[in-house]
Amino acid sequence: MEKSRSELGQIVVGVSRDPLGLMGLIIVGTIVFCAIFAALIVPYDPVGMNIKDRLQGPSFSHLLGTDQLGRDTFSRVIMGGQVALKVALPAVFGAMAIGLTLGMIAGYGPKWLDNLLMLFFDTIRSFPTVMFALAVVALVGPSLQTVVVVVMATSIPTYGRVARTQTLTLRNSEFILAERSMGASMKRILGVHMLPNIIGVLAVLAAMDIPTVIALEAGLSFLGLGVKPPTPSWGALLKDGYSLIRQTPWLVVGGGLPIILATLGFTFLGESLRDVVDPKLRKQR
Amino acid sequence: MLIFAIRRFGLAFLILFVAVTVMFLMIRAVPGDPVQIMLGPRATPELQARLTAELALDQPIWRQLVIFYGNLLQGDLGIDVFSGRAVTDIVFQQLPHTLWLIFSSIIWSAALGIGIGAYAAAHPNTLIDRITAAISVSFVAAPAFVVALLSLLIFAVNLKWFPAIGAGEGFWDRLNHLVLPAFAIGLSWVGYIARLVRASMLEVMGESHVRTARAFGINERRVVMVYALRIAILPVVTVIGVGMGFLLSSAVFAEIVFARPGLGKLVIDSITTRNYPIVMGSVLISTALFVVSTALADLVNAWLDPRARGSK
Repeated sequence: MEKSRSELGQIVVGVSRDPLGLMGLIIVGTIVFCAIFAALIVPYDPVGMNIKDRLQGPSFSHLLGTDQLGRDTFSRVIMGGQVALKVALPAVFGAMAIGLTLGMIAGYGPKWLDNLLMLFFDTIRSFPTVMFALAVVALVGPSLQTVVVVVMATSIPTYGRVARTQTLTLRNSEFILAERSMGASMKRILGVHMLPNIIGVLAVLAAMDIPTVIALEAGLSFLGLGVKPPTPSWGALLKDGYSLIRQTPWLVVGGGLPIILATLGFTFLGESLRDVVDPKLRKQR
Repeated sequence: MLIFAIRRFGLAFLILFVAVTVMFLMIRAVPGDPVQIMLGPRATPELQARLTAELALDQPIWRQLVIFYGNLLQGDLGIDVFSGRAVTDIVFQQLPHTLWLIFSSIIWSAALGIGIGAYAAAHPNTLIDRITAAISVSFVAAPAFVVALLSLLIFAVNLKWFPAIGAGEGFWDRLNHLVLPAFAIGLSWVGYIARLVRASMLEVMGESHVRTARAFGINERRVVMVYALRIAILPVVTVIGVGMGFLLSSAVFAEIVFARPGLGKLVIDSITTRNYPIVMGSVLISTALFVVSTALADLVNAWLDPRARGSK
């Protein structure tokens, strides 16, 4: 435990030495903080309507103005961050867990299983992401859960393939051969010995995957096929902003900037994490 | 090379086969009567009966699949129940709009990205290199539809430099309508390609053929442009092929934001009117496009660089 804590400390120090990494850390920290304490930060009820004050520009009482129903845009932006993370985190962790398991099995198991799993990964990857998402949403109907599942399904192959490559390279290393000769089960070899060696690389991938997921959620909500109104999602803000673009620019700005900031923050953080945790990964992708 | 091509396309068709089968089963796996779902609330008994017969829904599932593939091989994806036209007709009518958008996006972003990347690689670790690196990362991060919306707001609504909606008539007008959507789709690619070219340039610059060219006294400009860049742009070919999926995805958003005709607009409109055969037809054709372009990219890569033909 002590060892892993100091390792984590080293990673944080390494990331914050890199200027882009530090910037990423600050942006992501702010977003996560705002998402956790959203209920305390918002000055107004994000879904509370006030028709009298509709379509206002920025002012001291409404920092980013109001929308067509008089809802405070700033409050909706803050709450939208919570929604974005609520979709992104389960989707990314779910995809990582499934991809990791399948990838390790593909790398360590028999050849036919490897081929089968690789075909499975290639098949998922063969759908253009948004087209696949649209097809599923068209069939099942839009909801927060649908978005999470679709996003998760589309990113499983990325984790699976990397986990497989890592397992393949580790597979014939001495410590694994030693374990195997002592009769350790496959479950034990994969879970106890392989996993700690692979998880770091996958965590970096996950950090770099979060922006894609946030953008996909926002995109689906923008098309009206993601999170349902009146839930304040950044994509929903953009949807309202798009239809009112000639009346007020503030909805598009309010919905667009946090998405760009979030993707920037997570990308900077992910890149910097990669350089600190495993510089070799740079070439693999 | 021929063997590689056959194997690569064999794999592509296998993947496509599995993908289409998965999609077919997905439609059948949705709870409820597929005919009801496909026709939506407007279904009349006659329409239902016709579609049931057409899709052979009264047959066992494996026979349905065989019939489906039989039709597919004849280029028949079914008939749109509302307009009575063939689904393939409708989809292929919209496809060129999307392809033009994708090609113009990738051409401007590849040209700019390769230029920036090559320049940065020729002057590594200078201030300009650092600045372009930071800008590239920022470009990569920008989601296409947000860029589309913001550029719509700034350049079309506020500054009125470019038209906001439609695809335009005649060559120049069309080009004018292409600027903003192509900008939105291509922007993230500029950074991506620039980084890729920079990295592979730096690698190539250290290789022996470049060193030999230098030793022969060929001037530096020619060494960079002819000997290094030619090899260094190889990964760009692969990345564009593999990126076809992302391009198609961004095109969907760009078409919605700028109200352009195309595959994306067709799909979204069909989802709102619950016209499932069209949705499925479009998804299928765009998937096929993606799979084929990935395979083609691999082939081009193998043709240009024999080392890539190895065991894969």
